[in-house]
Formats: sequence, structure tokens, C-alpha cells
Amino acid sequence: MNNIVEAVRWLLTADAWSGAGGLWERSMEHLGYTLIALGISAALALPLGLLIGHTGKGRGVSVVATGAARALPTLGLLTLVALFTGIGLTAPMVALVILAAPSVLAGAYAGVESVNPATVDAARAQGMSGWQVLTRVEIPLGLPLILSGLRLAALQIIATATLAAYVGAGGLGRPLFLGLRTYDYPLMLGTSIVVILLAILVDAVFGTGQRLIRRIPGLAGPQRAPRGERRGRRRAVAAGG
Amino acid sequence: MSWVLENLDTIGELTLVHLALSLPAVVIAFLVSIPLAWVANRIRVLREPLLTGTGLLYAVPSLPLFILLPAVVGTSVRDPLNVVIALSIFGLALMVRSAAEALDAVTDDVRTSATAIGFSGVGRFFTVELPLAGPALLAGVRVVCVSSISLVSVSAVLGVNSLGSLFTDGFARDIIGSILAGIVMTVVLALICDLLLVLAGRLLMPWNKNAAAVRPRLRKRRTQEAAA
Repeated sequence: MNNIVEAVRWLLTADAWSGAGGLWERSMEHLGYTLIALGISAALALPLGLLIGHTGKGRGVSVVATGAARALPTLGLLTLVALFTGIGLTAPMVALVILAAPSVLAGAYAGVESVNPATVDAARAQGMSGWQVLTRVEIPLGLPLILSGLRLAALQIIATATLAAYVGAGGLGRPLFLGLRTYDYPLMLGTSIVVILLAILVDAVFGTGQRLIRRIPGLAGPQRAPRGERRGRRRAVAAGG
Repeated sequence: MSWVLENLDTIGELTLVHLALSLPAVVIAFLVSIPLAWVANRIRVLREPLLTGTGLLYAVPSLPLFILLPAVVGTSVRDPLNVVIALSIFGLALMVRSAAEALDAVTDDVRTSATAIGFSGVGRFFTVELPLAGPALLAGVRVVCVSSISLVSVSAVLGVNSLGSLFTDGFARDIIGSILAGIVMTVVLALICDLLLVLAGRLLMPWNKNAAAVRPRLRKRRTQEAAA
């Protein structure tokens, strides 16, 4: 407990946060990594997930693939890629994208699938093309689940980005590993607390975003799949991530 | 690959250590989540705080938790016990909600019928509700098991031995075979444990054999109803 008190005391000093390599700079680096990795994952996995959800093709394969991806140890991927690319940002980015993409993918296809089939049929009956059905009906109505996939991915990235420093990149892992090597418990603990707070903060931002989206009229409000079905979908997202 | 052949003993040993860290966590997460889920369903006011609260635990990154725990529990950073406790917490974060939903999915009709045949509260829970929630509980445990086995290796950067040591050693000494062996063994271990859980589910819940066949039919009927 003493260590925690000391760590918090250290966190409250201006020294801890300012300057090059200070916690502020490291936090921004950490957030930057998270944004880049989340952006790449989304660019790769969102279109694919939407396509799978829209066409219903490749669903079985993606369920198995996301399950298998969960078993992949991130530290292993990270060190393996780092042996080839050397120290720097490439290895962490590859590892983070492989880690996060399945969650985005699962959220995207589960979101599209969660749209009531009757609504989709109605849209088609009105003469909408496949593209219109996807962009005007399936994506808006599936948005809550698509977002929860992104939220889960963001959390996984923030948590794992600490490992980037293990192969020489920056982020909050830097002071954490420094503290670990020099037996500087306040440094190590204080940084850990900052990572945890950062994760909770990002989670809260996504949570608020999801709540705001639910308030937009016509979005996810009147659209409700049967009770049992909804529950199944939510589980599908959790299991897929 | 010669590295792998020369170090089969080490790999085997680390695999066992890896299992010894992850499996207790899965068991603890399962055993603790059931009463928590029961409370969440029984006392409605507590439901949301309990489910969101445990869910929030999942937002806590693993490495910082491995470091923070010793300061709270009083162990040292390199103590395997921290890893088990931290993994149990993550397992709990994943498991409580799915357990609560699994138990909640048992319909009131079933509950009332069980009471009518003369089951008491506790007896009804263990002989009727728990078995009926079994398949959904199993799905939750499978997720917890696979992610625990994968997550253990992170603790290697703190110096706790597991298959993750193959990553840190391999990286430090530039041995690709070591890292590859670690990745393959982790995935194989996760798949084997998952398979064993599925088999255990078949043995313990023989009535669930046809569930896969029943569900699509149900869904089809539901879609037809929705269309009509």
C-alpha cells in the first residue's frame, strides 16, 4: 500500500508530467499509437465485416478466424515481427492490428446482421439497390454493434500498446519498463495507474458516443429484433472479439 | 527448427507452468461468477452496477494490473500468484455478464413449474436453473479459457515463467524458433482446452446434443412470424 501512496504522490508532481519523456508526452504517444492502430484495423476490417454481414457469405470462416485470433499471444507476434523489422514502430503496429481487427470485423458483421430482416426486405421492396440498403439501412441501424466492436478494439489496443516499448517504441510502456528494470516501484506503479485511467477514459468516450447515437431519432430506436435474437447477437460480438 | 528439437524439455516444462497459471484462473472466474450472476438476477437494483462494474474491469490493461496487484495484495511483482489473481479478474469481467444472461434466459414458466413440483429455492437452482443455463455458461467459459491462455504470456516481461518466456528469451537472443514454438504451443494449448470443454459439455449436458439442430428451425419460424 505504501508503494501506491508514493506512486500517487509522484503522479501529483509537475515533474512527472512535463518535458521530453514525461508522462504527458508518453500519454500522447500512447493515444497516437492507439488511433493509428485502430484506424488501420478499421480500414481493413470494417469493409470486410460489412460485406460479410450484407451478403451473409464467409460468415463461418470469419467466426472461426476471429476465434483463432483470440488465441494468438500478442507478445509472441510482437517479438516475432520485431526480429524481422528491428526495433521501432512497425512490429507493435502489426501486432496491434492483428489483435484489434477481429473485434472490428465481428462488430461489423454482427451489426449488419442485427438489422431486422423485415426492415431490409421493406427497403428492397421500395426499390433500394444493394448499396443503398447497406449504407442507408444496415449501417445506420447496425451502428450500435459496429461501435461496440470498435470500442472493444480500442480497449485491446490501449492495453497492449504498453508492450510496444518492449521492442523499442515509445508510449506509456517506456516509463513502465524503465521502472521495472530499475526497481523504481513508484515510477512503475504510477505509470500503470495512468494506463488504467487512460483505458477507462477511452472506454467512457465510446460509451458516451454510443449513448448519443441511440438518441438520434430513427437510429436503432424503433428497430428492435426479437428478444432472444438480440441477446444472441450481443454474444456473437463478445465471442467474436 | 533445430532449436525446438534441442529444447523440447524446456518447451514441455513451460507448457505445464503455463497451464498451471491459466487453468486455476478459469476455474476461479467460473466459480465466482455464478453467485455474482445469481445476485445480479435476484436483486434487480444491483444488476446494472454489478454487470457494468465487473465489465469495467476488462478495461484495465493486463500489464499494469500485473504490476498494480502486488502493491494491493502484498505479493512481489514476480510472484506467479499475481498472474493467477489478475487473470481471474479478467475472467470474471468476461464471465459475470454472460453468466447473468445465461441464468436469466431460463424462463419463468420453467421456474414456476419447478416450484410447483416441489423444488425449494436452492434445489431448484442447482437441479433446474443451472443445468438449463449450462450451454450458455459453457460458451462463456470457452471464451474465458482461450483468452486466459493467450493472456498469460504477457507476464513473461515481468519475469514470471510461462510459454511467454519463449518470446522474451527468443527476442533477447534472436532465436526465431523459440518465438514460433511459443506461439504454436499457446494456440495449440488453447485449442485443446477449448475442445476438452466442448467434450465435457457433451458429457455433462447430453440433452444439448440436438440444440444446434433446433435453433435454426426456431429462428426460421421467428423470421416467418416477423414477416407475417
